[in-house]
Amino acid sequence: MLLLPKKLLLPIATLLAFVAIWQLGARRYPPELFPAPSDVVLAFKELADNGVLWGHISVSLARFSGAYLLAVIVAIPLGLFLGRFSRCHFAIDPLLQVLRPISPIAWFPLAVLWFGIGNAPAVFIIFLAAFYPVLLTTISAVRAVPAVYLKVATNFGARPGMTFLRVIVPAAFPGIMVGLHIAVGTAWIHLVAGEMLGAQSGLGFMIVDARNFLRTDQILAGMLLIGVLGLVIYRGMKAVEHAIGRRWGIAS
Amino acid sequence: MSDSIPKIQLSAVEKRFISARGDEQIALSNLDLEIGSGEIVCLVGPSGCGKTTIINLMAGFEKPSNGVVQIDGKQVSAPDPDHIMIFQDYGLYPWRTVLGNVLFGLQARRISPAEALDKALASLELVGLTSARDKHPHELSGGMKQRVSIARALAVEPSVLFMDEPFAALDAFTRMHLQDELLRIWQEKRPTIVFVTHELDEAITLGQRVVLMAPNPGRVQRILDVKLAYPRERTDVDFSIFRKELFEEFHLVHRQALDGTEYSI
Repeated sequence: MLLLPKKLLLPIATLLAFVAIWQLGARRYPPELFPAPSDVVLAFKELADNGVLWGHISVSLARFSGAYLLAVIVAIPLGLFLGRFSRCHFAIDPLLQVLRPISPIAWFPLAVLWFGIGNAPAVFIIFLAAFYPVLLTTISAVRAVPAVYLKVATNFGARPGMTFLRVIVPAAFPGIMVGLHIAVGTAWIHLVAGEMLGAQSGLGFMIVDARNFLRTDQILAGMLLIGVLGLVIYRGMKAVEHAIGRRWGIAS
Repeated sequence: MSDSIPKIQLSAVEKRFISARGDEQIALSNLDLEIGSGEIVCLVGPSGCGKTTIINLMAGFEKPSNGVVQIDGKQVSAPDPDHIMIFQDYGLYPWRTVLGNVLFGLQARRISPAEALDKALASLELVGLTSARDKHPHELSGGMKQRVSIARALAVEPSVLFMDEPFAALDAFTRMHLQDELLRIWQEKRPTIVFVTHELDEAITLGQRVVLMAPNPGRVQRILDVKLAYPRERTDVDFSIFRKELFEEFHLVHRQALDGTEYSI
């Protein structure tokens, strides 16, 4: 049990030191201003015991996965199309470049006007956060398909459908995967923002709700939970990426 | 050559490019060349002599600015599965296995899966890669990768193989081995082979004729008939005679090329 792998030793030591310093530092301030780790653990327990925690987590995860999948389903085909037809890309690129820097949060007032309060505006914001990274990496992945792959396909007389589905799509796939990966990160970050702004449930809402009661321990519990869940999702994504990389013959 | 129609015929072919600076450059000027059916012809020359341009014109990847390129008496207008190009960087699909790569051309022809599998396996056998059929390209050495791309080409039974410096990225030993393999396959299948290289030894090892090209503008300097039986011993006296002749001519071309430009390497 105590035989931890060596490479885990250092990060764990750092983590323990961080918690210890936090615990010591927090003593100097009133707990409602700067709660100690022990307060946060108690807050966790309280939230878990009265049952709200699991509800918020599942609502957040459902919103996140729904909006993310929706973004992927729209962005990948659009990206494949725009990457393949450079004239269309040329036409639409300036518009994309203007829309992309607009933070999804800036859309929020309009999102509430259009979709009302509830799931929809949060889903819309997460959708936007995931959409651009997937779209843009898909476009560049298609454009970066080596010319020789296409020459070979043309030389063997592959029809356009075969060239697209069996050369361009698989050749672009590792690049698209990078976009899916980036999008998980940005979408998860915006999940909280979306829920803080308008939703009545979810981890973001839980934090806002805790603020209204000045429960800083619960705020920190929520923040930590978001961090840990984000890490788990990110790691899961990495594992999928790695597995696909092996399948694609590009694993290190 | 006999008086039957040549397999490949280039008549008064010219190719001009607009360079990045906007001025026009002549890659090939007024070039005539005939290649017989089943012949191996090597194109050699210093960089900028247009040897890659010629092979791209013959394979249909580019169009001449003037003149006509014909194969089997028909004008070349686009790439054709009967004339397969083999690239220096292999052009293998990394997500497909060795067998999957060899199957690609057959699938593109919509041959039935069973028949395609038979042909692909026969082709892999021909290049000696049967045991690597389930590997992915990243698991193979450069020489094996090039053999896969040769197998992929042979699987569709093309009448012409275009090879654009196919062995240039390989080490000397592998290169010689693949040259011998290529000759063995050629003797078995007798495709017409047009082989671009910058290695004079490689050209003399492989070519029934060696076309030496000169740059500025790209043109044919000299065509050498290498009247040596296969397999050619690279250390033979006869080999070295052809070698000497080609080297001397090549140095001449190279000097002219350097004199032609203000700055040299």
